[in-house]
Amino acid sequence: MPNVTLTVNGKTHAVEVEGRTLLVEVLREKLRLTGTHVGCDTSQCGACVVHIGGDSVKSCTILAVQADGAEVTTIEGLAAADGTLHPMQEAFREHHALQCGFCTPGMVMSAIDLVKKHPDGLSEQEIREGLEGNICRCTGYHNIVKAIAAAADVMQGRATEVARAAE
Amino acid sequence: MNVTKPVGAAFEGIGASVRRKEDLRFLRGRGRYTDDLSRPEQLQAWILRSPHAHARILSIDTAAAAAMPGVQAVLTAKEAEADGLGGVPCGWQVTGKGGQVMAEPMHPVLASGKVRHVGDPVAMVVAETKAQARDAAEAILVEYAPLPALPDMAAALAPRAVALHDEAPGNLCFDWEIGDKAATDAAFAGAHKVVRFETTNNRLVPNAMEPRAALGEYDPNADEYTLTTTSQNPHVIRLLMGGFVLKVPEAKLRVVAPDVGGGFGSKIYHYAEEALVTWAARRVGRPVKWTCERSESFLSDAHGRDHVTRAELALDAEGRFLGLRVETLANMGAYLSTFAPAIPTYLSATLLAGCYTTPAIHGQVKAVFTSTVPVDAYRGAGRPETTYLLERLVDVAARETGIDRIEIRRRNFIHPDQFPYQTPVALQYDSGDYETTLRLALEAADHAGFEQRRAEAKARGKLRGIGISTYLEACGIAPSKLVGQLGARAGLYEVANIRVHPTGSISVFTGTHSHGQGHETTFAQLVAEQLGVPLGSVEIVHGDTGKIPFGMGTYGSRSLAVGGAAMVKAMDKIIAKGRRIAAHLLEASVEDIEFGVDEAGGRFRVAGTDRTKSLAEISMAAYVPHDYPIEELEPGLEETAFYDPKNFTYPGGCHVCEVEIDPETGETQVVNFTACDDVGRVINPMIVEGQIQGGLAQGIGQALLEGTVYDSEGQLLTASLNDYAMPRATQVPSFGVSTAVTLCTHNPLGVKGCGEVGAIGSPPAVINAVVDALRELGVTHVEMPATPLKIWSIIQGKGGALSAATA
Repeated sequence: MPNVTLTVNGKTHAVEVEGRTLLVEVLREKLRLTGTHVGCDTSQCGACVVHIGGDSVKSCTILAVQADGAEVTTIEGLAAADGTLHPMQEAFREHHALQCGFCTPGMVMSAIDLVKKHPDGLSEQEIREGLEGNICRCTGYHNIVKAIAAAADVMQGRATEVARAAE
Repeated sequence: MNVTKPVGAAFEGIGASVRRKEDLRFLRGRGRYTDDLSRPEQLQAWILRSPHAHARILSIDTAAAAAMPGVQAVLTAKEAEADGLGGVPCGWQVTGKGGQVMAEPMHPVLASGKVRHVGDPVAMVVAETKAQARDAAEAILVEYAPLPALPDMAAALAPRAVALHDEAPGNLCFDWEIGDKAATDAAFAGAHKVVRFETTNNRLVPNAMEPRAALGEYDPNADEYTLTTTSQNPHVIRLLMGGFVLKVPEAKLRVVAPDVGGGFGSKIYHYAEEALVTWAARRVGRPVKWTCERSESFLSDAHGRDHVTRAELALDAEGRFLGLRVETLANMGAYLSTFAPAIPTYLSATLLAGCYTTPAIHGQVKAVFTSTVPVDAYRGAGRPETTYLLERLVDVAARETGIDRIEIRRRNFIHPDQFPYQTPVALQYDSGDYETTLRLALEAADHAGFEQRRAEAKARGKLRGIGISTYLEACGIAPSKLVGQLGARAGLYEVANIRVHPTGSISVFTGTHSHGQGHETTFAQLVAEQLGVPLGSVEIVHGDTGKIPFGMGTYGSRSLAVGGAAMVKAMDKIIAKGRRIAAHLLEASVEDIEFGVDEAGGRFRVAGTDRTKSLAEISMAAYVPHDYPIEELEPGLEETAFYDPKNFTYPGGCHVCEVEIDPETGETQVVNFTACDDVGRVINPMIVEGQIQGGLAQGIGQALLEGTVYDSEGQLLTASLNDYAMPRATQVPSFGVSTAVTLCTHNPLGVKGCGEVGAIGSPPAVINAVVDALRELGVTHVEMPATPLKIWSIIQGKGGALSAATA
């Protein structure tokens, strides 16, 4: 069986995998990083999104061997070492952008990449279109869209902290 | 107990949008969902499912599979029968016309003799890895003799149709009625006008984002089983699985539902896989985990809706409703799921009055077996079907009588001074104010400015329409005696155990279950406010039969109305005991001790004095009873309460939808959606609004996107997220959500429930808007889902059959 080397959240791991093993299976089952979820089997739902080299990737749609040598960030690696949440995590909490929490890790990882790829800010429509690959069944997206807009303001220097959601 | 609302800078009590306690673990990737758990020596299971809709099983050869690498067991009906496993039970027995009890065929955990839907479990392989189990399942040889498929109710009810079950000739489960037929016939005989409407309430796949999973464990030393499962109601699973399938006493069976990634009804039911992993864990002697794949969940999670209904409404010359006749065919699927028989009957036909004063109603429901996945409750469960029927029917009546759509509703509303209001279909509504929610929703939606927006849209080449629905629903499920009379095989009370620890922190053990609803926050707000302790010192514990005395779980918007009321009752007992302890410590009579909450927190006080004891002082005295009325009072400060509701609760409200249709593509965009809902008292507005927003998206999904399609062979064509259209972020708008409150009169919090209103009220508002947008084309109805193809075909004049003219 092939061996692959992955750097996940700054830690390097050498793991033995089958040729058919998906990256998400290595993350969840071998490295026990279970924050990355599997919600479908057709690359539709986005619950499994991680970052590879800073870009969002559906980890159910890439073989572990294809990720050999990659730098992977999962939801567990987002918060600062002292526990401070990433602005996107903070905004999701502030704006009640999660209910059951299952789509949330993928949603947060996709949203961070989306904001990074729009350095001048995003319109509501751009946020909604950017979430095409992530399905949430709980929230109706309303608060997710608000959270991403608020996080973008912080990530791009237009605000110093996540705006408190309107009461 | 009085519900007070202290004012303070960091107010965290009833009415505050407190940020959720559960979010930190979910946002850090530290949630613990069933599939995240891994036990030492754990094995993985894979279920082999039927590729046929209906077939006789001639033989099953498992020898090759059993010899594959890593395989520890291959189990079929033969092993299940040898071990004495029972069938998956149904929790509700409906009695039909003439006292005829419903047909209730055996539902084996693994198909025995026949398969009855694509996806019916045939065998389970248990192996070291999931890949090995899956590979081995492919080596099982099953010889089938196909039988005619019954993919829909028309096929199942056709003369000489083959019977899916020997116990249900003609594929009829029951034929049931409600209301006064003679009075209804008389109302029609005297009617000025009769309006007719037929519709199919489209079959939906719930698709909670977390697929189902189950982990079975067996401890031979203690002879104890543990099932960890994706359930909305672990005690119900323990009862059904332990009592009927595995025949294991409750004391030897623990069921845990940890973090659960959404349910929407689909995780209420006891599923065969839960029993299979628990049984296999004992047989193999190692933990066994099964995790559903999404395409597999389409074939194995209970579906929702799927009612075919014909209705007639009798009106007088002023547009007042005189009588309503409704005949429904309800699809049960291949087997009776846990609550299935109750959905089209006691959760649907009992709502036929809606928020209107229709004096005579007669409803009939035939429940039908088909060779499809079982059908059961999905968010709203019966109430969306009736609401859709009524609110479309009212719009059709407005059109045919020439009375304005809003005016005809107003003429027929039950008014606030008519409560309690006894409907002709069993329910008695306790409170509501439909005129107010209608008025507020219309104002918030700028209904008055709509025609200008329609004209602007027309200038851009778009067809714009507006639709409303004024709905009512029944939730807060449910009074045990009443549901028992109606066929429920369980009580529907709720349980709370409240433990005040020695230093004053509090554990609340609730029989409800949170799978997205935020109970760990809302319930903590409730308890913290009423006992006068900081929010952070209240922990909500749910989802474990090993910790919680008992409970019926979360569905039917019941958690706060029933579960929260149980907490209030338990807190009342805590306070009553606290008063006796305080009386001893303060050397006063019990009658003179009052409990109240002020800036300093919860305190017991000798009335009219400044002599007080804090709750923490009382709890410390209760656990360290050195100075304590030990002769007359037990130490400790912990109370349990069972709360059985006196009635259902009746949320209602008004939803206003505006759509724009692109006539070139037939695509409908919801451009505005405004809801004003009366869900009773609100504990956490942020969470309530989130619940409503999510429900609205599911309702828009039903109206515009989601449809479940079987072909004539009984193959599910919409069997993956590639093929089944789930609402995406671009397909729903930002919502305008608000609440208006009339209090429930029969529970201590005045709460009604908010989990389902969004999905119940919205589909007819959307379709009423679509029909309004297409009115110039003479369109009188569009069936759900109103897909671009359907609407484009109508616009092209190719869709006459789809436009289903109603009168």
